[in-house]
Amino acid sequence: MSAALQILSAGPGLSLQDAGRPGLLSKGLSRGGAMDPQALAEGAALLRSDPDRALAIEMAGAGGTFRAEGADLLIALTGAPMTAEIEGVRLHWSGSHVLPRGATLKIGGALKGSYGYLSIAGLDAAEILGARSAHISGGIGGRLQAGDRLTCRPAPDAGGMMIAADDRFSGGEIRILPSVQTDQFDTDTLARLETTAFQKDARASRMGARMGHEGPGFSSDAHLAILSEIIVPGDVQVIGDGSPFVLLNECQSMGGYPRIATVISADLTKVAQAAPGSPIRFRFVTLDVALSARTSLVKHLKSLPSRVQPRVRHPGDISDLLSYQLVGGVISAHHDAHEEEI
Amino acid sequence: MGGKEQQSGFPRLHRMGEAGLLVEFGDRLSMAVNAATLAFRAAVEAAAWDGVEESATSLKSVFLRFDPVRLSHDALETALSDLLKSSDWYGVPLPHGRKLWRVPTVFGGDHGPQLEEAASMAGLSPDDAVAQIAQTPVRVLTIGFSPGMPYLGQLPEMFDIPRKTELNPHVPAGGLALAIRQLVLFPVGTQTGWRWIGRAAIDVFGQQAEQPFPLTAGDEILFQPVTASAFEDAWAGVEAGRMMASCEALP
Repeated sequence: MSAALQILSAGPGLSLQDAGRPGLLSKGLSRGGAMDPQALAEGAALLRSDPDRALAIEMAGAGGTFRAEGADLLIALTGAPMTAEIEGVRLHWSGSHVLPRGATLKIGGALKGSYGYLSIAGLDAAEILGARSAHISGGIGGRLQAGDRLTCRPAPDAGGMMIAADDRFSGGEIRILPSVQTDQFDTDTLARLETTAFQKDARASRMGARMGHEGPGFSSDAHLAILSEIIVPGDVQVIGDGSPFVLLNECQSMGGYPRIATVISADLTKVAQAAPGSPIRFRFVTLDVALSARTSLVKHLKSLPSRVQPRVRHPGDISDLLSYQLVGGVISAHHDAHEEEI
Repeated sequence: MGGKEQQSGFPRLHRMGEAGLLVEFGDRLSMAVNAATLAFRAAVEAAAWDGVEESATSLKSVFLRFDPVRLSHDALETALSDLLKSSDWYGVPLPHGRKLWRVPTVFGGDHGPQLEEAASMAGLSPDDAVAQIAQTPVRVLTIGFSPGMPYLGQLPEMFDIPRKTELNPHVPAGGLALAIRQLVLFPVGTQTGWRWIGRAAIDVFGQQAEQPFPLTAGDEILFQPVTASAFEDAWAGVEAGRMMASCEALP
């Protein structure tokens, strides 16, 4: 039997994701792709595979149960940390592991954030329109379900690597730029956008996330009549109830709500990954700030392969690990020190 | 520049985040404004500026996505302003390479239960409304909202009827719906506030097809009335992945 990952049970939001399909806006298709591209790149780095061809199982909120068939598989767990174990042994998140042939991997609910990623060496799927990711709202591919069997290849190495993942899972300050209708909102409304404490709505999806808040809405004169216009991920629409709604990767290609702002690309993952109820604050920045954040993120993604290191297991190394957590925000270093893990 | 169709204050450039620019040709839809978007996008594509990653049109604008590290906002804005000044975009001919599609279409009955209502709002009998629509080549004004979905227009002024206030529970794939002098053709079953008047035998988003997106903004469509049984035969062909509409190059 060839190497494969068999899905035994699946949470409600599992789908295959890669970098998506940029370039089809003129045909009405948003780019889609992984909600946390950095997690996809971390997975590729841990598996030492080509980041440009990265493909993973994206898990919204919770994972599922999986079994290796035909061979040992090399897996990597990245993105929103979730409980994970192989045959009862707890796994280090943001790390690579061997899933032995016939063994069962259980991934539970998210401990922080929204989207966890399960990457598997050699995972492949048929390309549709140049990509292998599901575009759920556009009807391409679909959600993964119990019974699905995914082609992989036998584990190329023994795993045991880890990567320090920065915390992008709890909301916080989101930097924004003006957008097409920003100047149609009065200055008080724009000031209120920056001072209001928002919470990410629990009903967020791959298409977008509503920002709940107390107090009056954020309407403008532009609400009266706007002819539908091209919209892109990051745009902050003010929807009918006056709430800001941040468009995410799988948004529609056109919309008629006025846009009060646009989230800078470097902060969009933070919106997508914020757990339901996470605090969100918006702050207008300059184009230069946005561009410099974009450049830093690109640099960071390129540096990921060099950030992969062997997981530290010796007691003498634990203090190093804990100090590293203080600096880099390693998510589960505490678990490393105190719990059984592989 | 300054054709009579030009709206005051347009064209207008907007920044859309750190990697997008929008060139807006008007804030109301007209055929001239829409034609300007099609012609201007063709010129942007032909210019093939290094750093521009994608362009697309809406009913009234052209959007460019670019890499702001390789191509600065200032440089792209200057290039766009120069290009805007180089022609009367509201008066130039539509770009080359457009197609005319003839699509077998059933109107009314179970395949278009709101034809009578729409016709009466236009002051016409259902037969006359169908005849009017069938003889009007409608332009693909833009594609969007859902993948492959064309907005088509403009129909004669009598069809300037509003959307319904409540949504139709379900219009199937191929459903043709009418409002505000436009038609939309649904790639997949959907809810809509537009009046459902017919069904057209074309798959505007066939992800496994040789041409997944047969239509391009600027193409024209003639909806050719056929009987319900002829439509059902044609639809069976569509479901089997065949192109049942004919297509010719427009001059």
